[in-house]
Amino acid sequence: MSLSVSNLQCTRGDYPLFSGLSFQLEPQQLLFLQGQNGSGKTTLIRTLCGLFLADKGDICWQDKKIQTQLETYRAALFYLGHFNAIKGDLTALENLQFNHDLSGQHADEEAVLDALEKMGLFGYEDVPTRQLSQGQKRRVALARLILNQSPLWILDEPFVALDAAAVELLQTIISKKISTGGMAILTTHQVVPLTKGKVQHLNLDDYKVQI
Amino acid sequence: MLNTFFMILQRDVKLALRRRSEIFTVLFFFIIVVSLFPLGIGFDEKMLQGIAPGVAWIAALLASMLALERLFEADYADGTLEQMLLAPQPLSVLVFAKITAHWLLTGLPLVLVAPVVGLLYHLEAETVGVMMFMLLLGTPILSMIGAIGAALTLGLRGGGVLISLLILPLYLPVLVYGSGAVYESALQSGNIEPHTLLLSAFLLLSLIFAPWATAAALKISLE
Repeated sequence: MSLSVSNLQCTRGDYPLFSGLSFQLEPQQLLFLQGQNGSGKTTLIRTLCGLFLADKGDICWQDKKIQTQLETYRAALFYLGHFNAIKGDLTALENLQFNHDLSGQHADEEAVLDALEKMGLFGYEDVPTRQLSQGQKRRVALARLILNQSPLWILDEPFVALDAAAVELLQTIISKKISTGGMAILTTHQVVPLTKGKVQHLNLDDYKVQI
Repeated sequence: MLNTFFMILQRDVKLALRRRSEIFTVLFFFIIVVSLFPLGIGFDEKMLQGIAPGVAWIAALLASMLALERLFEADYADGTLEQMLLAPQPLSVLVFAKITAHWLLTGLPLVLVAPVVGLLYHLEAETVGVMMFMLLLGTPILSMIGAIGAALTLGLRGGGVLISLLILPLYLPVLVYGSGAVYESALQSGNIEPHTLLLSAFLLLSLIFAPWATAAALKISLE
């Protein structure tokens, strides 16, 4: 099980963002994407999810191009972007249950309630999420990580809007995922404490296309 | 796959029931447009019977137009649509579920409220029956074709007007055969079979192609 990217080039609008990007991600590894604002972190992440087509280069999952096995790849992938994918009119419980089921996995209500409790949302399960704070909404979205069994996690700025306790909790969840054989790709400005060997850093500024 | 279909259908219906104003907007728009015509044109029985089929169908087209813009908008804005694109199930199945929910919430109420048109326009019970049946066949087509337009204009500024321009010409066959059948039943021989068959054919065609085309359009809109 591995994700490998070779010689990737992406363009947004008329501007080439980066080119010649290659990396390989194995189980128990974490990849940090870094780069200035506008360096193409989110574009790269969306490309890795198959939402955006690259100009050049290949993205392979288990040595096969992702375009040739989209359904398998998507079943193995968990993506969380800037948006929480949460409906204000649904309760935290309903939101989490729906979003989790949508990724093709199933958890019973007890597991879902348990996940919400772990995220510090005990007592808010049946509250419509529009009444929750920004950070609490983010926690509802992130509770999916506790339930999710996919081997590859791709998270775009997962720490945004979280307080210190939630950041720590999320770090624990990600570390646990990595140590149990998962893979993760993050863009963030925080550092997740993990043993050195497992963490790769990729700075998009190094692959910047000079105009 | 079927599970996912019902899951999305259930969620969309639940969401709409928690925010009922959207359903009632469409319904009352339809009722108001339909009841404006007798007030503006006059109460002559023969004339009202003559214009009833066209008025009812045009009102239905415009009413269904009204709700289209919101079909994918909320899911697009909060990122749910992105998650749907990344779900391991085919997107067209998820889209089909959303369109079905949309029809249940905006199309079906129009069918059920059609007897009001009958009352206002002095239609026979039989003609009202035909009108309801034709609306039942036609409104799903409106939702199906409309979904393609909604997906294509997703995230555009002034998308609402653009949808109308894109979609209304495609609604023409539905208007022609739908109102044609009601007209036949009200004032002519009463043979509605050709209209029924043609509209059914359109329904089948849109059932097959619309979810697929909508899914393709959504992928482009989200890129």
